This record gives sequence, C-alpha cells and structure tokens, in this order.
Amino acid sequence: MFGYVARRLIGVCLMLVALSFVTFALFTVAPADPARLTCGKSCTPQIVEANRVRLGLNQPFLVQYTRYMVGIPCGDSFPPVGGTFTCLRFNPELQGLDGAIYCPPEPVALGYSVRKSECVTPLILDAFPITASLAIGGVILWMILGLAVGILAALRRGRWQDRSAMGFALIGYSFPTFFIALLLLYFLALTPMPWSGQPLMAVPQWTPLTEDPVGWFTNLILPWVAIAILSAAFYARLTRNQMLETLGEDYIRTARSKGLPERVVIYKHGLRAGLTPIVTAVGIDFAFLLGGAIIIEQVFALPGLGKLALDSTLQFDLSIVLATVLLAGFFVILANLIVDILYAVIDPRVTLV
Amino acid sequence: MSAAPNEPVVAAPPLPASGAFLSVRELAVTFPTEDGPVHAVNGVSFDLERDQTLAIVGESGSGKSVTSQAIMGLINRKAAQVTGTATFDGLDLVSATDAEIRALRGNKMAMIFQDPLSSLHPFYTVGKQLVEAIRVHQEVSKSAARAQAVDMLDRVGIPAPAKRVDDYPHQLSGGMRQRVMIAMALINSPSLLIADEPTTALDVTVQAQILELIKDLQREFHTAIIVITHDLGVVAEVSDKVVVMYGGQIVESGTIDEVYYHPEMPYTLGLMGSVPRMDQPRTARLTPIPGQPPSLLNLPPGCVFRPRCVFAEQVPGDRCKVERPHLMPTIPTEHLVRCHIEPEKRRSNTVEFLGRLRGLPATDDVAATGDES
Repeated sequence: MFGYVARRLIGVCLMLVALSFVTFALFTVAPADPARLTCGKSCTPQIVEANRVRLGLNQPFLVQYTRYMVGIPCGDSFPPVGGTFTCLRFNPELQGLDGAIYCPPEPVALGYSVRKSECVTPLILDAFPITASLAIGGVILWMILGLAVGILAALRRGRWQDRSAMGFALIGYSFPTFFIALLLLYFLALTPMPWSGQPLMAVPQWTPLTEDPVGWFTNLILPWVAIAILSAAFYARLTRNQMLETLGEDYIRTARSKGLPERVVIYKHGLRAGLTPIVTAVGIDFAFLLGGAIIIEQVFALPGLGKLALDSTLQFDLSIVLATVLLAGFFVILANLIVDILYAVIDPRVTLV
Repeated sequence: MSAAPNEPVVAAPPLPASGAFLSVRELAVTFPTEDGPVHAVNGVSFDLERDQTLAIVGESGSGKSVTSQAIMGLINRKAAQVTGTATFDGLDLVSATDAEIRALRGNKMAMIFQDPLSSLHPFYTVGKQLVEAIRVHQEVSKSAARAQAVDMLDRVGIPAPAKRVDDYPHQLSGGMRQRVMIAMALINSPSLLIADEPTTALDVTVQAQILELIKDLQREFHTAIIVITHDLGVVAEVSDKVVVMYGGQIVESGTIDEVYYHPEMPYTLGLMGSVPRMDQPRTARLTPIPGQPPSLLNLPPGCVFRPRCVFAEQVPGDRCKVERPHLMPTIPTEHLVRCHIEPEKRRSNTVEFLGRLRGLPATDDVAATGDES
C-alpha cells in the first residue's frame, strides 16, 4: 500500500513535468512574442528588447523551461535588466533589491504574467476559491439528484417513473451546458416575473464565503444548477444501470433469501456494490471541475480558474496558462490516484501492488 | 400462436391436499412478457416431510429453479403471476404477505445457491454476512451472533473458523465458499432447506463432501430438503423422492427406487441415457435426447415432450400431438407418470432401453438390479 502510493506519487510528478514541458513548448513555438506583449501600445524596439532580456526570453528554450520549473519550488525574480537567476527561497534577503520583481513570496512561485504585470500565484489563489465553490456545490447537487433519480428509476424499472426520469435525463444530457446556463440566466435572473415585476433571482455575482455566506450561497445557486443538470442526467443513467445490474446479481438473491428487509437489500447490498464505478466517475469529474469550469464561469462571469485560463489563453499570457494547465492536470492526476486507492477501500478484492 | 397450449395444465387426478410438512399443490408461475405469457411452472404438486429429501430433476428451463424460488417467495409478484398453493407448516406461501414470508425466509426455510462465489456478497466478510443472517431473525448482540457464526463455520467443516470468519469470499476456495453458503442457510436451524444445484460449481471430490455434509446436517436438524439438480448422481446419493420436470410440468415422480430404477416416462429414460458411466467400456456411446427443450412461451400442444420422444409412435393416432397427458399413478401408487403410452409398453421400453444402455441382453432384472453401484 505505502509502496504503491509512493510509486504513484513519483508517477504524478513525472506526468506533471511532461505536461508542463509540452505546454511550455507549445507556447514557445507559437507565433507570438511575449516580450512584445509586455508593453502594449507604448512599445518601442528598445523596450521590447530590454523586456526580452529582463524576462529571460532571449535564452534558449531549455534554459527558460528549467528556470520556470526550478522557480516553482525556489521562487524567481525578474530584475530590471539582465539579472541572473537566484533561488529566493534560500536567499530571502535578496528580496526587494534592485527594484526587481519577486515572485515568491507565495509558497509556490508560478512565474510572472507579462500581460497583467503581476505574479501568477496570487491570481491563481484569488480564482481558486471561486472554482472550488462552484465545483463542490455542483458535485453535491448533481450527486444527490443523480443518485436519487437513478435509484428511483432502477426500482421502478419500466414503469412511468423510470421512463420519465430517463426521458428527462436524456434531455438534460443532450443540451449543451452553455445553453442550459443561458436559459437559466435568462428566465430566472433576467425575465421579470408577471406577479412581482421583478426577476426571480439576481444575476450571480461572486461573493466570497468568508464575507457573506448567505450571499455566497444565493449567488451560486444558478451556476450550481447549470453545472448539475448535465452531470445529474449522466449520473442518473449511470446509477440506474449500475443498480439494475447489481440488483440482478446472485448475492442480492442471497440477501433476499436471508429474509432481509428490502431496504437493506437495496441500499446495503445493492448500492454498496453498484457504487464503485460511480465513485470513479465522480472523482475524475470533480477534478476536471476543479481545474476550471470554463463555460459556466464564462456565462456567469465568475472570475474562477476557468475564466482565468480562457482569458490568458486568448491573450497569450503563457505563465498563467501554464499555471492553470499544471493545476488542472495536477487535480486530475491526483484524483486518479485517490480513486484508485478508494477502489481498494471499497472493494476488498482489489489490492494495491 | 394458439391459446390452448399455453393454458396452465390442470392435472386430472388431483392429489388430495395433505397435511404434509410442505405440501405444494398446482403451483404455477407465469411471467408476462412482451411476446406473451411464459409459463415457467405449470401445476406442480408434491409433498415433503421433515427428514425427507426430495430431488427435482430436469434440464435448464424445465422450471425447477422457478418452482423453488416460488416456494421461497423470491419471485417478484409484480413481475410474475403465482397461483396454486404451497402450504408450509400450515401457512400458504403463495397467498402469504411479503412480511410473513420474509419472517420465514432465512429462518424456518433457507436456500443454498448454485454458484457460491457469485452468491456471496464480494464486499462483506463471511462473518458479517453470517451475523447479518442471524440478526435479522434473532435478537442477539453482535458479539453473540459472531460467536454463533464461528460455531456454525466449525460445524460445516471449515478449518480455523475463528480466523476464516474475517475472510472475504474471494479468499476462500470453492468448496469452502459452498460450506459458508450452507452455514448461512442453516444458521437459524431451518426446517426446510432448498438446495439449488448445490454442487454444480464444485470439483467432484468436493461435491461428495458437500453432499455428505448436507446429509449429516439433515440428520442433526431434521430438515426437509429439496435438492434441485440435473445431476442424476446427486439424486441417487441424497434423495428419498424424485420429481422429474420437463417444460414446467412434473412428468414423473415417485420414490428414488421407483424413478431411478424403474423409470417409465421416456424423458426420464432419456436423462439416464445422457449420463456417462464409469462402468461402461469407453466404446459405449451416450444416448442423448434429440432436439431442444421446448420454449415455455409456446409449449407444443399435446404432450410437451412429444417432439423429442422416440417412443411416440407407440401411441395410436395423434393422441400425443393433441391431448396433453395427465400425471397418472402407476404401480405402486406413489409413482406418477405423465405419458400416453400404455403402462405395460412403458415398462418393456424401459427394460429394453436400459438394457441397451448397459450393453446387456434385455431382461427384466436388468432394470431392477442393474444399478446398485
């Protein structure tokens, strides 16, 4: 078990290095000049050149890449002109010298955004709670909906409850997320209700949980619902099929023949066994969401990781894109590991070697 | 599809409803499907006392498992129509409520299933599954139930039961798993035990042990046992009475001696001809039953076995084709046979068939004494 986790963690690191290398390389070969992006309209050839040197963009690709990667644990600084690389984590007294820009002081330095003229780590830290709120609420909502509808449909197989639930699931499953999001936004937040002359809900605006828990909740309802509808439809179908498959198993018949109440048969024996693939799917889906719900964040104008990633991709802001890609990759790879470990916890037949 | 062949057959000589421990009368199970009703079981009747073992024999799809599941109340009543009666110790299991049956199930009547690996829950330890079975029906503490479970595992011959109780089913061998199944079935000392092909999934050496175990436990608990099997060796080994099923009906029934050594129904003969025998030269050929078991959706009119029956031409006219034979007593009276062929003719068929099977001249005492091994 311990050896397995250790080996998998090494694998996680290698995957992240490969991921960062590919992303870094893609942006380096792309026909855009980050140095040119630093100064906008006020650019002169001199300024562009100076910034190129200052950001180390004149260095060979591998040197730039190494500097970025070493900078993640060490910190990095971007001195005004022709600075040399120093590991600030180990030389904290160097901070603040020479009017240089320093990216620590955060625990993990993820580079410097040329477009925003800011260190990347605080940008990520600002955006992450938004995405996390969205993801956690969305997952909880869709799991409740999906499991409940799926189990109901399985228990009422072939009857009207099953047919209508699966019909709705198909509809929910077929509509694109942005369409559902726009419908919700239009009908619930923008259309005045005939009885009050007011829309039912306010247009969502990000409110941090720590400042206003109630506002946090009410503002996130629409995005949560928008995220949950599609996934709930998917999970309802998955749960239904899993339950039907499990309830047909021989050990369910054994459970019944023991004289167990139907409730125990279905939930203790059936659901427990049918849950395994659902756990896998949830783990991975949740990780994907944590990497940024690009469409939902865009539609509801929530400044989360997805929006940050999208904006910086459009603006060719390499360091932010790299950071978001690495983070998203990190979540997915980590979720895979956790799901694999969970598998062994749920199913005693699985051993981790 | 004509309606007539699918009507549940009501046997003519109704067995008098007896005060037997388990008395099944005209039990019928019909599954409505999109293609029409499937008559899985058509009017099955038999009696069983405590300390007795009844074997139900037949091919796949003959209705033997459905019969047992109907008795156990394991047939979903929303998905199937169950008629007739199955009186178990005074209570009719067919008309009983779900709660009444659930109180009996796993308690006074229990079941052992064919494949012990898939019949045990893979995610729970053997001990947990046993404790659960105890605590549904008995108000005992978890630790007391666990002690009972260990004791029961010991009684069914599992070595180091105190250790094995914490194993998961996949950690046990096939024979051990079936012993666990048996322990689980017997944990509340049932008076009726239904074993659905209890040895089919096991090695032959283990099969004998399991059968011996079931017999031992029967002596101890005075259990009435129904063994469902297609293995005639198992039948000879354990049973007192035999019911042969075909196409959802009983086609022959009687004591083991009657059915096994003096079979009369051509289907029973066919079953015997299909069994390889160790005491035969290797050149001896098996005599399989030609054709396929009938579709329960569309039973042939007349005798359900007629399309595969090699003796059908012995009945004058097309009686076998149009008239469904009744389960009629032969001699001795407990021996029932569903066949249009004249009893005398049937007996000589048997002698000839078994004689040919054993490569011996057809004499009367072959059938009577040929198979004592």
